[in-house]
Amino acid sequence: MPTLTINGMTADVPQGTTILNAAKEVGVEIPHYCYHPKLSIAGNCRMCLVEVEKFPKLQTACSTVVTDGMVVRTDTEKVRKAVTGVLELMLIHHPIDCPICDQAGECGLQNYYMKFGLHKSRYALEDKVHKKKVQDIGGQIVLDAERCILCSRCVRFLDEVTGTRELDFFDRSDHSEISIFPGRPLSNNYTGNLADICPVGALTSKDFRFKCRVWFLNAFDSICTGCSKGCNVDAHHKGDILYRLKPRWNDAVNQAWMCDFGRLTYKAMNEARLLTPFVREEGARKVAAWGSLLPEVAFHLKAAADKGGTDRVAVIASPQSSNEELYLLRRLATELLGTKNLAFTHRVAGDGFADDFLIQADKNPNSRGAQLLGIPGDAAFDALVSKIAAGGIDALLVFGNVLGALSEEETAELLSKVPFVVQAGTNEGPVSKAATAVLPSASVAERGGTFTNHAGRVQRFRFGFPARGKAKNPVEILVALGNRMGAGWTFAGEASVFKAIAGAEAPFAGMSYESIGMFGQETKR
Amino acid sequence: METVLTTHFADDGYRRIDTYRGFGGYDALRKALSMTPEGIIDEVKKANLRGRGGAGFPAGVKWGFLPKDLSRPRVLVINADEGEPGTFKDRVIMTRGPHLLIEGIVISCFALRAHACWIYIRGEFVREAGIVDEAVAEAYAAGFLGKNILGSGFDLDVTVHRGAGAYICGEETSLINSLEGKRGWPRLKPPFPASVGAFGLPTIVNNVETIADIPWILTHGGETFAALGVEKNGGTRLIGVSGPVNRPGVYELPAAVNLKEIIYTHAGGMRDGKALKAVIPGGSSTPVLRPDEIDVSYDIESMAKIGTMAGSGGVIVIPEGTCMVRVLSVLMNFYAHESCGQCTPCREGTGWLKKIVGRIEAGKGRAGDVELILDLCDNMMGRTICPLADAAAMPAQSFIWKFREEFDRHIGEKKCPYGTRF
Repeated sequence: MPTLTINGMTADVPQGTTILNAAKEVGVEIPHYCYHPKLSIAGNCRMCLVEVEKFPKLQTACSTVVTDGMVVRTDTEKVRKAVTGVLELMLIHHPIDCPICDQAGECGLQNYYMKFGLHKSRYALEDKVHKKKVQDIGGQIVLDAERCILCSRCVRFLDEVTGTRELDFFDRSDHSEISIFPGRPLSNNYTGNLADICPVGALTSKDFRFKCRVWFLNAFDSICTGCSKGCNVDAHHKGDILYRLKPRWNDAVNQAWMCDFGRLTYKAMNEARLLTPFVREEGARKVAAWGSLLPEVAFHLKAAADKGGTDRVAVIASPQSSNEELYLLRRLATELLGTKNLAFTHRVAGDGFADDFLIQADKNPNSRGAQLLGIPGDAAFDALVSKIAAGGIDALLVFGNVLGALSEEETAELLSKVPFVVQAGTNEGPVSKAATAVLPSASVAERGGTFTNHAGRVQRFRFGFPARGKAKNPVEILVALGNRMGAGWTFAGEASVFKAIAGAEAPFAGMSYESIGMFGQETKR
Repeated sequence: METVLTTHFADDGYRRIDTYRGFGGYDALRKALSMTPEGIIDEVKKANLRGRGGAGFPAGVKWGFLPKDLSRPRVLVINADEGEPGTFKDRVIMTRGPHLLIEGIVISCFALRAHACWIYIRGEFVREAGIVDEAVAEAYAAGFLGKNILGSGFDLDVTVHRGAGAYICGEETSLINSLEGKRGWPRLKPPFPASVGAFGLPTIVNNVETIADIPWILTHGGETFAALGVEKNGGTRLIGVSGPVNRPGVYELPAAVNLKEIIYTHAGGMRDGKALKAVIPGGSSTPVLRPDEIDVSYDIESMAKIGTMAGSGGVIVIPEGTCMVRVLSVLMNFYAHESCGQCTPCREGTGWLKKIVGRIEAGKGRAGDVELILDLCDNMMGRTICPLADAAAMPAQSFIWKFREEFDRHIGEKKCPYGTRF
């Protein structure tokens, strides 16, 4: 392992480490724009210049590999002047339109100007080169060529990650700009990442533009619910409104990226939510109180089982539910209601598009979890649907907002065959329009838990903010229903449920929230 | 005076293979094919042949950077993208003696164990590319190129490739990118072309004149060649003299010829008895010299000692009565136009220099502009992937250091003291 001395501090670093990464390890910040850990090294922004002993010229820290005995300084006058000089040159043509720029608050130019610049402009205003602003280049992205510092991260992303190469450099010298080729807009499913990797406000998200200043946002760790990949995300919210999802780095799952569909899944957590429990009386909705509705629902379900036989009660689980919820639901169905009519389906409306990168055909975050927890899948679901259609079910508990890929009409038609349908769901949808009683549930942002992704990796999503309206955590709903049926459960929160799963379910044996940690843990095979 | 390249350039037929062979052309190749590659490289090392493209890197040493193992094919690329303003010597070789280049290529490729060579000719050289094309065809027909050259079992293919007219493509890694069909941007080094070059293969990039010297070195021996020059800088140089001298043109002179002698003896001195004001000694990127500084040997080391460069051998003579701010403005326009746009200091700095110098020349200079130029040059030099930023900053700095009073007068008088034209 080569030994490096940086600003007088000595450190051993693995063979092949660059100065920039070695410095990061020992807590020395080297400013940079073009360097991105997941992309090739371009070395063209020239911000990371450092002094290396025995080299006459300053070296770029991003591209210089540490050799044994190397002595690096980042705190000399020469380096300071070089960094300030490069930053000044980056800013001479910049429009400095921070007050109307979405990047403000998380902008590389702002941050480094405050840290390394603080210079007065020496550039004549009339000399500024103007470039085209507000260009819709397709996908989720708007390009402002004037704000661009030509770091080439976006060009490299489209070359190396998506392989679609829509963006390239045009023109030369200070008229250089990045652009798409005429008539060839961005056409891949990962365009949103461009706004993430752009260190300045040149590439911004169409969806997020002008919605919120970033310093008003708080973030929490979550998991994308758009498909079974389970991309790790940072969910950004202000109060109980989600504003955007950004990929959270996890080399075992999504590296630093996420797809454009997943990026917009947050919208469902803001819009058309079920906010208050209600029952349907003579076709009209009537607001109900949790205190009376939960015992009522529990009683109806149990009574239907007792009266018509356990075979005339059914439970439909959802692959959108967490492992904890699915575990409780399974126990409720099999142990408390004593029915064999329990099923889920991973099918959803739509074409089930998939690619060979992140996007999976299964559009649910936890189909694998449902399967591992012993909930019967598609065949059982189809059998159950036939049974319902034949009028064989008197009481039905549905988790989720939809019944697989069934349309609204099909769902209404099917559920009309069941005298008592109770739904626990987050959003208005086919099921809530047909259910007898609706129990509004907390969204992914409003509760905690774990999903098992397509590869069997268990990952945590965290509580972001209290549930909107009167929605309740489904774990709480299930425990209340179960206890009304005589379960005697003492679970308090999803952590205690997961402990029970780890103790009882073989694939999850020995796991804990601690062992899952930030980046997830594989289930046992 | 002994000449290496231009001996028969006066003969218009010399560019044809028959005439060339009549003067002993391709005999050096026969000799080379009887030698070992190592023997040839030794001869080139003994010749103290320095790269003629501008940087003056020892050619033999550069050849030694190729990886030792032969598992990957190596290639030779000839840099005929002669774009440095004030330089027009390779053009003369290509039009008057293209077979010198081709014979040099075959010998060099044999020494380097390369079986492919590209001649990258700048886009503006339409006629020159045509002549080289013809010469290559002649060499193929005569069996000096292609399969089994002269029965030696050595194969070599030469392809003439025309650039699209970018100055930056004279930088070897940009040239390689351009050759590969990519945007002409310099590559981040390492890896150097000798390990990863054109099409990912170990590559040597040499200037036209460098390679054209090789046949003579083989015929007469490296030491004879070295003796034509001085220590560390052997042979002769093609020196292009431009500006108001009596006989502007390209001269083949010993590497250590005196610069003053180049202008006053070989180029015939100043035209119309004008006084000399300044000399840009080695192409537009090299620091300018005042008349009192030109009594100096033109070899690489001597020029470096006085803070400038022999560069690509383009001597630009500037007469009294020329506005130096105007000259610098023209140069800065050039570099701002030719900066590839990759590295921040060069992309933004060359444009800024152009604007400051332009406004000083236009009589709109501000107090502090001269200091700003110097500080800006300091922020550009040595801060970029390739030396284009330095190439723009070096003349800017030297013009100010040596002709400061002209800049101050422009700013003080708010106009160009020389009027608006040269």
